[in-house]
Amino acid sequence: MQNPSQQMIQIRWHGRGGQGAITAAKVVAEATFKSGYGGVVMAPTFGTERRGAPVSTSLKVSREKIYDLSPIQFPDIVVVLDYLILNEVDVTVGLKPGGLLILNSPRSVSDHPFPDFRVAVANVTKLGIEAGLRKGIVNSGIIGALGKASGLVDIEVLSQCIANEFVGRKPAENARAAELVYAATEVSEPSRGGSHA
Amino acid sequence: MSEKLIDSGNNAAAMAVQLAAAEVIAAYPITPQTPLTEKLSELIAAGEMDAEYVAVESEHSALGVCIGAASAGVRAFTATSSNGLLYMSEQLHWAAGARLPMVMCVVNRGIGAPWSVWNDHQDAMSQRDAGWIQLFAKDHQEIVDITLKAFRLAELVHIPVMVNYDGYYLSHTYMPFELPDAAVVKEFLPAYEYAHALDPQKPESLNTVTLPDSRNDINGVKQPGYMDIRHNLHQEMRLAMDVLEEIDADYQQRFGRGGTPIIDPYCCEDADYIVVAMGTLANQFRDVVDRLRQEDGLKVGVLALQIYRPFPTAKIAEALQSAKGVMVYEKGLSYGNQGALYADLKSALYPYPARPQLHNFIVGLGGRDIRTEDLCQTLKSACLQDDLSSPEQTDTPQWIGLQL
Amino acid sequence: MPDSRFKVLTSASTSGPGDAGRTGSWRVERPILDYSRCIPAKTGKSACHLCWLYCPDNVVSKAIEPKIDLEYCKGCGICAEECPAKAIEMVSEENFVAGGEDE
Repeated sequence: MQNPSQQMIQIRWHGRGGQGAITAAKVVAEATFKSGYGGVVMAPTFGTERRGAPVSTSLKVSREKIYDLSPIQFPDIVVVLDYLILNEVDVTVGLKPGGLLILNSPRSVSDHPFPDFRVAVANVTKLGIEAGLRKGIVNSGIIGALGKASGLVDIEVLSQCIANEFVGRKPAENARAAELVYAATEVSEPSRGGSHA
Repeated sequence: MSEKLIDSGNNAAAMAVQLAAAEVIAAYPITPQTPLTEKLSELIAAGEMDAEYVAVESEHSALGVCIGAASAGVRAFTATSSNGLLYMSEQLHWAAGARLPMVMCVVNRGIGAPWSVWNDHQDAMSQRDAGWIQLFAKDHQEIVDITLKAFRLAELVHIPVMVNYDGYYLSHTYMPFELPDAAVVKEFLPAYEYAHALDPQKPESLNTVTLPDSRNDINGVKQPGYMDIRHNLHQEMRLAMDVLEEIDADYQQRFGRGGTPIIDPYCCEDADYIVVAMGTLANQFRDVVDRLRQEDGLKVGVLALQIYRPFPTAKIAEALQSAKGVMVYEKGLSYGNQGALYADLKSALYPYPARPQLHNFIVGLGGRDIRTEDLCQTLKSACLQDDLSSPEQTDTPQWIGLQL
Repeated sequence: MPDSRFKVLTSASTSGPGDAGRTGSWRVERPILDYSRCIPAKTGKSACHLCWLYCPDNVVSKAIEPKIDLEYCKGCGICAEECPAKAIEMVSEENFVAGGEDE
């Protein structure tokens, strides 16, 4: 048997309390499960966080059942719902060289130099408003960036899972936000080499 | 039709209780159990579950309501965590002594002081002598399967059953599981009929002051004294293990899952060193076992204990007869002594010829991260430590992950 | 679905005379009923019967002439206290030691 971590894709989500990082991770968990991954574990990290404080969530995805529920130490992918968190939290801690860093940022990808990682950037906040959402709803949109940059799950499946999750809370607009972000996401390769996640 | 879905452990438990057609739910919210009881109250409010939800002012009352419901011949369910379980303590002993079948999910959490909302097993371990059957789940599928089996077990043996699962690691984590077909569950778990259900036409005094000695009742029939009742509880609790195996076999036939209701060994057939653990910790060790076998050529295995009370003395002792070393990792302890599971296991081994070298590790109290790396390292060094140091030293628990 | 392997011993009892054994021996005073005063006996109707109602050991019969079961009567005297016709007198057991006297 191979080292389980080599067969597993580990995604760490960073957001602010109330921003919906857990919901976003839950939607992607559902979508990967529907796409045939038998091992999916989405584990929120619970503490005494309040609205606005930095929070994180783990999502592990594997073809096989996952037995280890311990928190992610060495993620393959890090998703950041608000780029300003970069000033407060070292979001790349443990991120494998060549791993993928996904940012919601109004700046371009070249403004976020991380030489060891693939970096994907989209202005999720702006695209969410374009999709008809209230300002600050980014947890549906960021899923589009993850879909585009990781290729883990088809955008159609992600859209459908978003619509299911947001029943009664603008499902079509939330799905559309993810689709707009999917189309707009820019990706840069690591400048120092290293393999893809 | 059975259904495959992905959801939280608390929701998995709620759906199992719905499938089991519990008729009375009485619970008081406490983290991390709260979403389970919220889900049940939602199901009842939406008319998707035909049960009475009794809102109570404390855990003590919650179990009191279940005691009343079970006495009336009604299928009752409650759930709690940590200090909530301790607040129930008096009623726990009562439910068991009165031989009232019911099921309670305990979403395991550390005990205050100081307050902690995170996971360990001290809550359940501290109530091990209350006379309840204590089962432990390792994942969401087991939460569902064990909860359904627990209702049937409780009603067959007339002993209340606690279904334990790890707070956050399972309660708030999303993972896939299969929900069995409702019609087949109905066949597996027929409606609860209690021969001694309260009946106004047949007034009785129940569990009043019971004399030390047995005595004849008004019909001249010999009635048990306190000690006879308690002895019977002990005997029948031991016998309940057989019944659990029978129930599990039936469950496996109907739903295709089962076979390890008492102990769940992984890579133990040829193992020189066997880890014993409960709950999600035992599953985490599967990856550790794979790694040490692959990278270090160590013949290790892990034995998950699925039932803590009654303690499967013979089964576990026999499973460890060919091991050179046994490493007990646990999330709780008997303060001033050692891990409770470790002490139980050591006592189980005493009458048997093989006496493997024993090691006790305390991990993850109050939610301290249990790093797989630490499990690998401590297990490996315990395997390689062939020469016994002083008996006192080997018998002292080692704490993993201390930061001060 | 009872399982025959399980006896399920519990503490349950039906209240009635003898629930605590042959308690007649506990008695130091014996209730003696004077039927010439007793309301049901006098009227021939099932009236009053407060002795039957109040007896904590359920040893008074609800008959037109109420009977007290001395096998189990502890002699507490509640019946005598409650009787509105003062038809029950508590008499020391010493009077019955020699035997022969009836009740």
